[in-house]
Amino acid sequence: MALLEVNNLSIVFGGLRAVDGFNLKIEKGQLYGLIGPNGAGKTTVFNMLTGVYKPTSGTFSLDGENLTGKKAIEINRKGIARTFQNIRLFDNMSVLDNVKIGLSNQKKYTVVESILRLPRYFKEEKEMDEKAIELLKVFDLDKEKDFLASNLPYGKQRKLEIARALATNPKLLLLDEPAAGMNPNETAELMDTIRFVRDRFDMTVLLIEHDMKLVGGICEEITVLNFGKELAHGETSEVLNHPQVVTAYLGE
Amino acid sequence: MGFIEQLINGLNLGSIYALMALGYTMVYGIAKMLNFAHGDIIMVGAYTLSLVMTNLGMPPVVAILASVIVCSVLGVTIEKIAYKPLRNASPLTVLITAIGVSYFLQSVALLIFGSNKRKVDSAITMSGIKIGGLELTGESIVTLGITILIMIGLTLFIKKTKIGKAMLAVSEDKGAAQLMGINVNQTISITFAIGSALAAVAGVLFVSSYGFVGPYTGSLPGIKAFVAAVLGGIGSIPGAMLGGILLGIIESLSKAYISTNLSDAIVFAVLIIVLLVKPSGLLGKIRMDKV
Repeated sequence: MALLEVNNLSIVFGGLRAVDGFNLKIEKGQLYGLIGPNGAGKTTVFNMLTGVYKPTSGTFSLDGENLTGKKAIEINRKGIARTFQNIRLFDNMSVLDNVKIGLSNQKKYTVVESILRLPRYFKEEKEMDEKAIELLKVFDLDKEKDFLASNLPYGKQRKLEIARALATNPKLLLLDEPAAGMNPNETAELMDTIRFVRDRFDMTVLLIEHDMKLVGGICEEITVLNFGKELAHGETSEVLNHPQVVTAYLGE
Repeated sequence: MGFIEQLINGLNLGSIYALMALGYTMVYGIAKMLNFAHGDIIMVGAYTLSLVMTNLGMPPVVAILASVIVCSVLGVTIEKIAYKPLRNASPLTVLITAIGVSYFLQSVALLIFGSNKRKVDSAITMSGIKIGGLELTGESIVTLGITILIMIGLTLFIKKTKIGKAMLAVSEDKGAAQLMGINVNQTISITFAIGSALAAVAGVLFVSSYGFVGPYTGSLPGIKAFVAAVLGGIGSIPGAMLGGILLGIIESLSKAYISTNLSDAIVFAVLIIVLLVKPSGLLGKIRMDKV
């Protein structure tokens, strides 16, 4: 059974069918790419899969459980986490606290326990600290743990977003244009990071990307979206040479 | 009264403003709305204190607890009924709703208790002390002490607990917080509960110092607390504290040395001058939006 199954997902804004009959199947452990020209509806697909938008019709399920129309927070708890096209870290919080925000829904101490400083408060805060630092080490961010997130260099902010998403303990990680604004060296490093995340955390990754080198370099399969509809899907090298895909990207 | 006494008077009044301003600033900082009904929650707190102490004959501690609980529940209920459905509405809509809630609370109090003010016994039974020639009333000592304790507690709570951090995250980016598994509705409810509990404490201290409560008791102090929050930089906790204390001292010194009638005018004049020089308030941060 596929980890993520999307069936005939559509959304209408006013009179516009932003995404029309979208289908997707991702197996566990896959690195899957979603590509397409600007305005094709890629981020809209992410917004539906994370509960930001409610689909007009169609369904999607994770691990066999139907999550269509669930709230963002429930979907996150069921195991879908994401990063954003324009980085949305909590800028005025420390690097460590950004990751701890991702961890906090797994901790159960209450307001009263924290005010009275009961043992569970200390125990769980300590566990969160340890787990967060472990995650930061993986991304080589542990030395900057007390920096404000906004003071990190761009590439590290992207990494921190991935670390924060992983902290929510997902089964599926959605990356929205992770290489946006990166130079070729940073992109190459990012490709290693994404592969590493897949292997180290046994993660399944769905990513939106414009950088064809990155897509061609790491994605095993891709789906191409154009004007809200699927243009092609399949193995990366085949799809990228598909005549219609070339036309959509480069024109006639 | 000498200058020092006036200063202590000002500190006492300022601490009460500071407590109210803390509630204002927290709700603004996290829910991004001005809760103009905040002052009237203070009034509800004061009535609760009076009813539980005078009519039920309970000791002050029980009355204070009752007033904190009633106000927290009221704050959370108001948020659920009046503000939550407007989460994505324009700020102006929410503002006008808050003003409506404020009038609603005043009118309900008017219906139940009538327009006459009720006398309230002080909930603070501690007697005053004399240091040298200075006389400190029990109310002053307790008010100052409680305000400082609450400010330290609140700062620790926000910096050191996951709920406090969730509040910060929600204040920065509700959408992203939600996608990282933060329960935004619950976080905002907790914010209103804490803000209203602070209002209850402020209400208890206020009537303990002044001795009377009426349906409009919360109105002017509520506005002044708002001024204090803006003066200190709205959204900033130390700012609310500083703004409140400054406001209290300015008010009390102008009453003593300039004119009792003009004291409110002077308070608002100070606000205008500060905002002209530093629009974000004394400790506020200037937010630069990306173009």
